[in-house]
Amino acid sequence: MARIQLDRVSVQFPIYNANTRSLKKSLMHRTTAGRIARDAGDRVCIEALNDVTLTFERGDRIGLVGANGAGKTTLLRVLAGVYEPTLGTIHRDGRVAPLFDIALGIDPEATGYDNILIRGAFLGLRRQEVCARMDEIAAFTELGDYLAMPVRTYSSGMKLRLAFAVSTCVAAEIALMDEWIGVGDAAFVGKAERRITDLVERAGILVLASHNSELLERTCTKGIMLQHGKISATGTIRDVLREYDSHRSAG
Amino acid sequence: MRVPHVVVEGVPAPLPQLRLAVLDIVEGAHAWHLWGLLGWQDIRQRYRRSTLGPFWLTISMGAMVGGLGLLYAGLFNQNVADYLPSLALGFIVWGLLATLVNENCNAFIDAESIIKQIQLPLSIHVYRVVWRNLIIFAHNLLIFIVVAAIFKIWPGWAGLLALPALALIGMNGVWIGILLGLVSARFRDVPQIVASVMQIAFFFTPIIWTQRSLSGHGWILKLNPFLYFLDLLRAPLLGQIPPLNYWPTALAMTLCGWALALFMYRIYRRRIAYWL
Repeated sequence: MARIQLDRVSVQFPIYNANTRSLKKSLMHRTTAGRIARDAGDRVCIEALNDVTLTFERGDRIGLVGANGAGKTTLLRVLAGVYEPTLGTIHRDGRVAPLFDIALGIDPEATGYDNILIRGAFLGLRRQEVCARMDEIAAFTELGDYLAMPVRTYSSGMKLRLAFAVSTCVAAEIALMDEWIGVGDAAFVGKAERRITDLVERAGILVLASHNSELLERTCTKGIMLQHGKISATGTIRDVLREYDSHRSAG
Repeated sequence: MRVPHVVVEGVPAPLPQLRLAVLDIVEGAHAWHLWGLLGWQDIRQRYRRSTLGPFWLTISMGAMVGGLGLLYAGLFNQNVADYLPSLALGFIVWGLLATLVNENCNAFIDAESIIKQIQLPLSIHVYRVVWRNLIIFAHNLLIFIVVAAIFKIWPGWAGLLALPALALIGMNGVWIGILLGLVSARFRDVPQIVASVMQIAFFFTPIIWTQRSLSGHGWILKLNPFLYFLDLLRAPLLGQIPPLNYWPTALAMTLCGWALALFMYRIYRRRIAYWL
C-alpha cells in the first residue's frame, strides 16, 4: 500500500564554514568556556523545511511548485528517506524509486552490462533478477553490441539511454522526480516518454517537482506550493498553478 | 567535540535511535550483494585496462618486501630466513590494518552521491571499504605464499588461528569505519590527522624491527593497539602461537570500540546525510 504521511516535519541545515569543520577549532572552543563557546553553538542554520504536514495516498499525482530554494528538492529527499527530519515524523509505506539523478553509480570504465548490474543492485535487485531482465533492458537501450564496451566509449546520448533504461526498469510504488527526466536523443524521446509515463501510471504515488506548468498540469492531479520551506498553497494542480503564477507576477 | 544539537528535540527517546542504529548495521550486512559488488568494482576500476589488474598491488608490495627484507636483514644483522618471512607478513598485515583505518575515514564522504539519492543502510559504505581491503589482502597474501615456499615455512595447525584473527580484524574494521567515517564527514581534517597518526604507528609497530631487539622499553610497545591485531594474524601464519594475553586484549578493544561506535552512531547517524 503506497502511502506517505508527514507530520510537522522541519529540516534545518547547519551551515559549516572552515572554522566549524575543523576539529582543532572545535576543541579549542571547548576549552574556552562561556561566551565564545555559546557563539559557536548559535551556528547559522538554514530552515529548508518548516512545519510541513501532508498525506499522500495511493493514486495521488502531486506537482511541487515553488521558486528556487523554496525547499522542493529537500522535500523530495525527505520523502525518499535520505534526510531524516530534524523535527517531526514521517511514515511511509511502499517501495521508493528516486529518479533525481539517473546517472547514479555509472562507472565509466565498466561495460554497459556491468553498469546495468550495479544500478540494479542499488535498486535492490539481485544479480539473478537483473540478469532475468537483462534482455528487456538491453533491447530498450537499443545499444546492441555497445553494451559489451566500456561506458566511457559511449556518446552522451548513449550514456543517457543506458542510465534511463536501468533506472526505470523497476516498478515502484512511489516515484519521486526532480524535474521530468529528459532524454536528448530525438529518436529515443518518444520511447522514453512512453516508458516514463507508464512507470508513473503504474506507481501508486508520483511526486514531481518542476518549473514547467504545462507538464505539471498534464501529469499531476494535485499541487503543493512551497515558499521558504513552508506549504503556502495546496489543492488541485490547476488552482495551485494559478496561485503560483499570480504570486510570481505579484512578487 | 561540538556537533550541532538541533536534532535532540526531534528525537523521541534514546531507545528507538539505538534500535535504528543497530538495524542499519544489521541490514547493511544483509545487503552483501550490493557492497560485495561495489567493493569488487572499486578494485576493477583502479586496475581497469592494465593486463595484470590487481596483481600490480601484489607485485609492488612484493618488490618492496623483497628489497627491504634483504637490506634490513643485512643492516640489522639478522638471519634472512628468519627475518624476511616475518617482515613480508608484517607489511602485508599492516597494509590491511592501515588501509582499513585510512580509507574508512572517507567511507561516507566518498559515497555522498549515493547517500543523497537513495535510502540505504549507511553501513553498506563501511562494509564496502572493509570488503575491498580484504580482497586486496588476499592478493597480497600471495607474496607470503611465495616467501613461505622459498624458506620452507609451513604454519601447521597454528595457522588455523589466523582465520578467527582475520574475522576479528574485519569486525574492527567495521566499527572503525562507522566511527571515523562519521567523525570525518563532520570534521574534514580528521582523515589527515588519522593518516599522520597511522604513519607514526607504523614505526611503533614491530614490522621492520622485532620485539626482541627492543630491550627495556617493552611497555611502550604494549600500548600500541595495532601490535595485538598484527601479531594475532602474523604469528599463526608463521607457525607460532601468539602470546596468551593477546586474544583477550584484542577482544576487549573490539568490544570497547563497538560500544563507542554504537554510541556515536546512535546519536549522529541521522545527521550524516546533512553533513555531506
